[in-house]
Amino acid sequence: MADIWIVVFVYLLIAFSVGFLMLLGSRLLRVRSKDQPPTREATYECGEEPAGKAWIRFHPRYYVVALIFVLFDVETVFLVPWALNTRRLGTFAIVEMVIFAFILMLGWGYALRKEALKWQ
Amino acid sequence: MTFVLSNPWLHGLVFGAVLVSVLMALVAFITWFERKLAGRIQSRLGPTMVGPFGLLQPIADAVKAMQKDFIVPKDADRFLFWLAPPLTIAFALATAAVIPFSKDVLAANLDVGVLYALAFSGLLAFPTWVAGWASNNKYALLGGMRMVAQGISYEIPMVMAALVPVTLAGTLSMQGIVEYQVASGWIIATPVGAAAGLLFLTTALAEGNRIPFDIPEAESELVAGPTTEYNAIGWSIFAASEYAHSVITAAIVSALFLGGWDGWWNLPPLLWMVAKTGFVFLIVTWVRWSLLRFRSDQLMALCWKYLVPGALLLVLIAGIQVSVRG
Repeated sequence: MADIWIVVFVYLLIAFSVGFLMLLGSRLLRVRSKDQPPTREATYECGEEPAGKAWIRFHPRYYVVALIFVLFDVETVFLVPWALNTRRLGTFAIVEMVIFAFILMLGWGYALRKEALKWQ
Repeated sequence: MTFVLSNPWLHGLVFGAVLVSVLMALVAFITWFERKLAGRIQSRLGPTMVGPFGLLQPIADAVKAMQKDFIVPKDADRFLFWLAPPLTIAFALATAAVIPFSKDVLAANLDVGVLYALAFSGLLAFPTWVAGWASNNKYALLGGMRMVAQGISYEIPMVMAALVPVTLAGTLSMQGIVEYQVASGWIIATPVGAAAGLLFLTTALAEGNRIPFDIPEAESELVAGPTTEYNAIGWSIFAASEYAHSVITAAIVSALFLGGWDGWWNLPPLLWMVAKTGFVFLIVTWVRWSLLRFRSDQLMALCWKYLVPGALLLVLIAGIQVSVRG
């Protein structure tokens, strides 16, 4: 059983090396211009001088989405073992999941009512 | 051959090297295919000059991208700016390890294959965010922010849609799901499976940042989104990983819903898998060049108000179907 994870590990090593190999290949091949104007490494902002840094505070709506995501993500984690065992558990699994989904949808309805899901 | 397959290190090395090389070659070919198809859809010819039918265009593009100077803006976070492109393509390629291309052509038949594939697919939003943050550019930052919001939102209906085949087959192994479909018919043939397949494809478009869900890249408002400051090889790696992700997602849709390598007329299973993947990719490309872009708030509303409850309902229906029919 541990063997299959060694396979995955080696596969991941290869997958992770691809991007670095491409960067290395470019480093060997690329031509660096002699002419280096000062604006060459400037930040792009439609040809204007950038107005301040970009590392600023964000709109809080992104945090609301992140919070709701965590809630529903945990819920999908609970769904996985249920999905695997439905055949074995039969009607009990269905009744239990309907109750679970109902409670979850109450929370969803509350978030909808409070306009947490609205993107303004 | 048996020695190679029995040794996990060699097995991983052989399958990893072959699969990754084939995928990268496929990505090059597919950029040509998409440009040609886009040309035809828009009454143009697409690439014609380099090689027969412009077939060598991707190679010319790759050589050009590698020769160009890779500029790092002086205000950027240098380390993260370098790190983002390799991470993106690594996460995109990592998913392919669990996809069954036939009974034997499969790098790792993990018993949690579906979870593994979805986990790496979900991780893909984060290197894009790293790129957006490291660029220290306002367009890049906004694009990266939108990518994370969209990526994590659509991950939920995506996982639930994938749980429909899992419920029907009773296993998380990709190979197990394909074998279930060989025995009891393709999942797309059942009503709940067809709905889940459509839902999965829709959310996969959003995860892969493709039209009509390409809000993070929205050319007309954000220049090029998170990749605004990238040029030369950095940009090429992002483009390649987008295509790699599309192809691999098409393969996952084929395996989970379209019966994987199952087929008729005694054709090789590998051929069936490739044909189905190509078909799904054709649909994805067709959608990309036919539809318009959603607005940011429409995109979020579609996910949270309709797709999430809809997907939960589909999983319940699949569960009831399994309990009733056994």
